This record gives sequence, C-alpha cells and structure tokens, in this order.
Amino acid sequence: MSTEQLPFPGLRSGVEDVPTNEDAQTAKEYTSDQEVRWCPGCGDYAVLKAVQGFLPQLGLRRENIVFVSGIGCSSRFPYYLDTYGMHSIHGRAPSIATGIATAREDLSVWVVTGDGDALSIGGNHLIHALRRNVNMTILLFNNRIYGLTKGQYSPTSEAGKITKSTPMGSVDHPFNPVSLALGAEASFVARTIDSDRKHLTSVLSAAAAHRGTSLVEIYQNCPIFNDGAFDAIKNNDTKADAIIPLTHGEPITFSAGTKGLIRDSQTGGVKIVETADVDADALLVHDALNPDPSQAFAISRLTEMGYLNQTPIGIFRQVSRPTYDDQARAQVASASEAAPGTPTERLAGLIGSGDTWTVV
Amino acid sequence: MTGQQSKQVKQLDRVIIRFAGDSGDGMQLTGDRFTSESAVFGNDLMTLPNFPAEIRAPQGTIPGVSSFQVHFADHDILTAGDAPDVLVAMNPAALKANLADLPKGAIIIVDTHDFTTRNLTKAGYDANPLDALGDAGSALGEFAVHAVDLTGMTVEAVKEFGLSRKDAARAKNMFALGLLSWMYGRPTESTTAFLTKRFARVPDIRDANITAFKAGWNFGETTESFAVSYEIKPAPQQPGTYRNISGNLALAYGLVAAGVQSGLPVFLGTYPITPASDILHELSKHKSFGVTTFQAEDEIAGVGAAIGASFAGSLGVTSTSGPGVALKSEAIGLAVMTELPLLVVNVQRGGPSTGLPTKTEQADLLQAMFGRNGEAPVPIVAPQSPGDCFAAAVEAARIAVTYRTPVFLLSDGYLANGSEPWAIPDVADLPVIEPRFATEHNHTKTAPDGTVSTEFWPYLRDEETLARPWAVPGTAGLENRIGGLEKGEGHGNISYDPANHDLMVRTRQAKIDRIAESIPPLQVDDPSGAAKVCVLGWGSTYGPIGAAARRVRKAGFNVAQVHLRHLNPFPKDLGEILRRYDKVLVPEMNLGQLSMLIRARYLVDAVGYNQVNGMPIKAAQLAEAVGALVADAEGTPVDLTADLTPATTAQEVSE
Repeated sequence: MSTEQLPFPGLRSGVEDVPTNEDAQTAKEYTSDQEVRWCPGCGDYAVLKAVQGFLPQLGLRRENIVFVSGIGCSSRFPYYLDTYGMHSIHGRAPSIATGIATAREDLSVWVVTGDGDALSIGGNHLIHALRRNVNMTILLFNNRIYGLTKGQYSPTSEAGKITKSTPMGSVDHPFNPVSLALGAEASFVARTIDSDRKHLTSVLSAAAAHRGTSLVEIYQNCPIFNDGAFDAIKNNDTKADAIIPLTHGEPITFSAGTKGLIRDSQTGGVKIVETADVDADALLVHDALNPDPSQAFAISRLTEMGYLNQTPIGIFRQVSRPTYDDQARAQVASASEAAPGTPTERLAGLIGSGDTWTVV
Repeated sequence: MTGQQSKQVKQLDRVIIRFAGDSGDGMQLTGDRFTSESAVFGNDLMTLPNFPAEIRAPQGTIPGVSSFQVHFADHDILTAGDAPDVLVAMNPAALKANLADLPKGAIIIVDTHDFTTRNLTKAGYDANPLDALGDAGSALGEFAVHAVDLTGMTVEAVKEFGLSRKDAARAKNMFALGLLSWMYGRPTESTTAFLTKRFARVPDIRDANITAFKAGWNFGETTESFAVSYEIKPAPQQPGTYRNISGNLALAYGLVAAGVQSGLPVFLGTYPITPASDILHELSKHKSFGVTTFQAEDEIAGVGAAIGASFAGSLGVTSTSGPGVALKSEAIGLAVMTELPLLVVNVQRGGPSTGLPTKTEQADLLQAMFGRNGEAPVPIVAPQSPGDCFAAAVEAARIAVTYRTPVFLLSDGYLANGSEPWAIPDVADLPVIEPRFATEHNHTKTAPDGTVSTEFWPYLRDEETLARPWAVPGTAGLENRIGGLEKGEGHGNISYDPANHDLMVRTRQAKIDRIAESIPPLQVDDPSGAAKVCVLGWGSTYGPIGAAARRVRKAGFNVAQVHLRHLNPFPKDLGEILRRYDKVLVPEMNLGQLSMLIRARYLVDAVGYNQVNGMPIKAAQLAEAVGALVADAEGTPVDLTADLTPATTAQEVSE
C-alpha cells in the first residue's frame, strides 16, 4: 500500500462556495409556518431565536442552507426554519449531512443534535464526522437528560443521578463532549450557553466561517426533567466563579480575575491557581489556533462532571486542516476533467473494455 | 503455441474443469485466466469460484481449499455445471475435498509434490491414495488419474531466473494452466499478455510465470501421459461484441450507466463486506463519471450518506450483504418515508448472522420485502445471471428515480463472483432515466381574505406514478422540510391525524404497486404450449432452472419456465400465468421465500424445491424434481434418461 500526497486546499471560509444574497434578510424569512412545540421555558426556544436571528447575518441564499437533525427534542429544530431540512433518524444526522456536504459544495450544512442523539446512539457517526472534517456545523444541545423519552439519564448525566431509569442513582460515567471532540481531532470545538445570546451568536458565526466540522456544544436547560442543571453558570451571583471564559490570545482568568490557569508540570495538564499567587506571565494564554490539541484538551478537563459548578466556555480549538468533502470533490473533478469525450462515449468505452470478441 | 498439436484430437461439446488447491495456490487466478482464454476462443461459458472466508486458511487443510470451476461449451449453456469432468488438485486436501463431486471416468490431475506424509495427514488421509493407483478397490480406481510433479517441473523450468525455491514453486499454477490450455486447445496470447502486465515491475517473477505457463503447455505436448487433447468448438452466438464479465463488475458498470443515463452524479455510501466489496472497489475507479465513493464508518453511515446525497440531488446507492441490510433497515425506512431515490444493493450470502460470507444464498428476499418497521414497501429487482447484473442495476435505478423510492437490488454470491460471456449493449439502446426535479410552486392557496398565492407542497403527487416532487436544495422558493415523522398528504407537514396516516400508508403502498404498470409482460418459456408444470424462479437460479427444463424437454416431456426480475411489485400478469398450470414449482436457495409470497398473493399451491447449502442448485437434481412433478401432473411415469430429440439438435442435455 502506498500513499498519495493530497493537495491542501488552503484557508477558505466554511461558506465560501455558497451563493450569497444581495438583499438584507430578516429573522422572519427564516421562520417557517409551523407551530413551535417545545415545552414552555425550554432552552431550545432561545437557541432557535438566536439561529433565526443569526442566519440573516450570514448573508447566504436561504435555499442553499440545509439543517439536518436526528431524534430528540432539539431535533425538531429544522421544522421551524424556512430552509431546506431533514428530520432524520436517531443518531444518524452526521452521516446524512456528510452525504449532503460531500455531494454539494454550494450548501451550508448544519446538524442539530442532542446529548443522547450525538453521544449515545450516534456516537460513532459523530467521532467519524469530526475526524474526517466534513464541512458542516454541528449544534449539540446538551441538557444532560433524555427529554423526549421523558427523563432517563443521558451519556452526559452526572454519575449518581437519580432518574426514571436509575432510581438508585446512575452508575454510568459521563462523556465530556468537548474532550471527546478534541480526542477525535475535531478542527473546531466550542462550548456556549443557550441563554447567552451574544456569546452563542459569536460562536455560531465563527463556526459557520470555519471550513470543516465545527462542533458547538450548547448547554441547554430542560425545565421539565433536569431543571437547574446549569444554574451555577447562569445565575448572576455564581456564574463569574463557575465560567472559565476562553478568548484566543488572552490569559485565562475567571472569578473577576482572582483565579487563573497555569500549566501543571506534574500532570502535564493545567490547574487553577489564585492569580495573586503567581507571576502574571505564568498565566496560561489561550491559543485556539494551536495545531496540537493537548492544551485545549487539558482545559476541557476542568469541566465539572458532577453538578456543573465550573466549566470553560468559548472556542477551545479552531485549526485549519483539509476537509473530506473538498478532497473527495477534488478527486472527482480532476478525474472528470482529465477524461476525454462525452459521458456516453466514455460509458461505451468502459463497458467495452477488456478482452472482447466480435461475432458477425 | 496454438494449432501445432501433434497428438490425437478428440471433439467434445462441453467440458467442466475444476481447479482446486490451497487458498494461497492461486486457483482463482488460474481459473480466471482459463476462463478468459475460453471466452476469447468463443466458447459459451459459466464459472463458479468457491473459496473459504479466511484469506489464508490453515495451509494444506480441507477448510483451506479454494476452487474455481469453469464450464465451457460449443453451445449455449446456463450453469457452471454439476460435476467436473476434470479436477486439477494441487494438494491432498484439494483432492479429498472435491473427489465426491466427480463422476466415474473423470480426469484427475494431481500435483504429486505436495503428497507428503504431513500434507496427507492434514487432509485426513491415512495412506497416500496415489500409491494404490491400479490396485483393486483403489479410491481413485474409477478415475483417469494423472499423477504429475507439477511443482518439481515448475521449479526446474524456471531455475534460470534465480528465484528462491519458494518463489519458483509459486509459478506452479501457471504450469497447470499451461497444461490444461494445451489439453483443451486454448489460445495463450491473452494469458501471456496478462502476466506481462501484471508482473511488469518484477521481471524475474514475470518471466518465471510465463516460462512455467509455456513449460506446462510443452509438457502436455511432449509427454506420453497425455495421449489426447480435446477440441471444443466456439459456440454460435448472436452477432455482437462480447466480453467475459462477473456479476459484481457488471453491477458496478450498471450503476455507472444509471448515472450517465439519468444525468445524476452517483454517490455510493458503503462499508466493506463480502461478497459486495468489489462493487466499491470498481466504482472507486470511475470518478471520471462523477461517481463519488464514500467508505463510511459503518453500514448505517453508508446508507445515511447515500440518503443525504439523494436529498442533495445525487443518485444515492449503498452496497452490502445481508448483515449490512439488517443494520441499514431503519435508514431504508426513512427513505421510504421521505420518498427519496435510493439503491440498496444486497449481494446475498449464506445467513443468518455472519453465516457463510463467501457462499451464495437467496434467503434475504423476505428481509428485503418486509424487514422494516411499519408498512414500508420497497420495490425489489433481481438479476438472473452475472451479465444481467448490468441491466438489473439500470432498471433498479429507473424505478428509484421515477418513483422516488428506495429499491432493493438482490444479487447473490454466485452471480457476484461467477462470470459469463456478455453481449456488450449499445449505449444508445439503454433506457433514459428522467430525474424531473421540481423547479416551481405546485399548489395554489387562497387566504381567508381571498388573496391567491402559490406555494410548494413536497408531497403533492404525480397522478400517473404517485411519485412526489424531488426538490433539491439550492432551488429557490421550494424550501421544505422532510423527515421520518408521518407527513400530511400534499403539504408534507407533520401530521398525527388518524385518517391521514391511514391514507398515507395506503398511498405509499399504492405508489409501489403502481410500478407494475411500467413492467413489461413476463416471458413464458413454454415451447410446446402444452406444459402442465411451470417452474417459477428468481435471481441466480435462472441457469439451473433453464438447464433442468432442457433435460426434461429432451426426454420428451413438457415444462414451462418463468423467471422474475421484479419481486416487488410482481408483474401484473404473473397470477394469470401461474393459474394456467396445474403445478407450480419454485426452486430457491432458501426454505421457500418466493413460494410463501406466491401462495399468499395468488392462492396458488406452489411447491418448493429448496436447497440452502451455500452452493448453486444442481441442474440434474432439479430436473429430477421437475420430472417428478410432471409425472404427477401428467399421470405418466417420467424417465429423464430417454432422449427423444434428434441427435442433430445442439441442445444441452447433460448440464
């Protein structure tokens, strides 16, 4: 077996080949005529509003945007957007989106999924989409519970959680979606919060501009089955201590600057220190563009896996590497361009190839 | 080397040769080359490769035996043959594994080199059967055995190239091929050209193989062990240009053709699985036709990506075998619900579960028919011979695109790996497939205030086909959402309305039933018009059924044959045709799956002839079953050994 040096397409925007719209668009244009049927108070409403408000800013032709979802509460999302959309089957949205994105360079492809859909039944497709780096944006709504099936624990629920299916407490160890994505060598990994529209929109904007698979974990409250799961990062009196904000190029500090991150020489990871105890230049400066995902991974480990009292929020990693779909299309294009004659002539040549004989 | 034979030449009308050896002995290649030589020569032929699932099964053992059977004739033949006239056995295990299939008087050529105590023990022989040749009661006494040191002679012939003994011995299959090529007067140029190309980068190996091949030929020519050679004249064929083709290759070409004929880019989403992987390998070579091949992380992702590509305006295809279909079932249901074109190629193998990966079976018919939750009808198309996989693939694509539906294409391991001469079709004669993408609004609505406007309804159907519009992303004004939840008729929005669900279930079924309007009438092969027994088949049993029918007719009895390309929906005239006959026999490589469908659908008392041993049905055995049914129907004894047809008729008898 030998390997071929593949051309690197260079730095391009995630929506570079998608036709743009000259006229200004409104959120209303992106709103379908279907009644939204999430529970009152569901975090999904906020995300829907943010996306409907954000898409006009993208300035793409509406007919060139496709939303694909799996199964779960959040997967109803495509019905409420007046773009092309498919509400598919449980866990498989990344694979369907891979087909769409590979077949068409002129589409902006979005996947809407949840913690059960993406990390449990569809875990395999998620990691493989991330490793291939197919040009699409995955919005992973993480409410740390199964909502549509009425309240069983999910693969991101904390250990010990008491749910309908775990009356004595869950003995499952949860996934950290950001760590998982970084482990799969995802090229864009971010985490944001349903209720912080400004941050959510800024992350969506960066994700859409990224060429490759962008994974955006959105902490989303389920008011029915897991209410308050994110209170620590939402309440004004606690969030400064609970959120570790990540901004590329800036030292990572929180708790009003009193705490910060430094490298932990003993573990090779990072640890939290009182900023007063260290020199300012010892503080870790966030580098989302670092080709080596180790530091981003180390930061992701600061996520509290029990009740969420502490979590990094922001863009963990944003690096450029070739996308599967660009390369697959380039191979088809170069083979097509090199081939002489019409398809019909070439078909006749193909089926008539090899050892033939003629009977007259 | 051709045409210079100095020995006696005997005329034969057909021969069945089986090359058998260890998995690493190159028997598939040997058979393949002999087949190509025979095809170029102009014989009609059919082949049956048979190999273990293991890439290198334990050397020298019976499970490690790999074989290739080729049946070639001076007339039109239908099967790879029941019993070999010639067995080439490269080791004791190959001899032992195949001996029971040989008729009395068969020729056996054995490579004595591997008949060592160790190999004999591995094969389960207490004593060397070659030692007893000529003794009364010898296990090989009924056969014409040629015990030849093929390996030794090969090593001797190629010693000038300085290869290691092991490398030199590996050319023994070419020595055997040379010998057989001499025996049957095969043209040798194509094999020499093949070896020259295949080993272009390793000149010593190339030269050794070519030399071994020639040495094998010369050995046959000069040795006294082989007193006669044989001549099998070319078979009369319809005018046209031919090539030899395997089922998987023809199927892959058919998919390329479907792309060209529809103007759609072909997108294959798949996961490697025996015996379907060659379709992926072949299609991956044809990117110049706009074909994209996606080797997914699993079977589900393969079909998922194909569905996504179809949604985006490609011809989505997924290829697999039975275990893969099991994994894809939910996604196929999604394609039923979203009414998107999708080809699901199932190259059937022995089941259930992992089953027999390299053996053939037809036991996935009911899986294709019913293997989804809910009422989820899927059309089914089946090829009947290796070359027919081409046309069947184009037909499956026609149905998928025209009716916006997933379609099963049920091939099997025998078709996939077997080969036959194929009349290369004229591209101008291939059907044109019209995608007819939706481009504009299709529904007029009136607002409460009387304002009239237009909109797009993704489930408003074509009156003739009941197909829904295929609106591809990028088409302005047709933005719409589809999915697995039940659709409201017409507008396509989610609907939980009971009456709507009942209507939609019936409509999806009616759409599939409607396909029958586009299927040509069945061809009934009933030469006398007086048959009381009809043999109904589908898929790769076409050959054995046809050969069995010939035997029965040759003995002076009447039998009709009908073969189904479309398993769902059935052709409109099938019920009426079956009712014309007193008895209907359905031979299948399963426990009676088509029989069950026929009995349920037409209340016809179909009788099954069922074999599930991983091998094609044998014509002679099937003929006996047909004969028994004819005897029953006609009320007369049936003796198939009689030959009531004029001797001059070149009809195949003993196939």
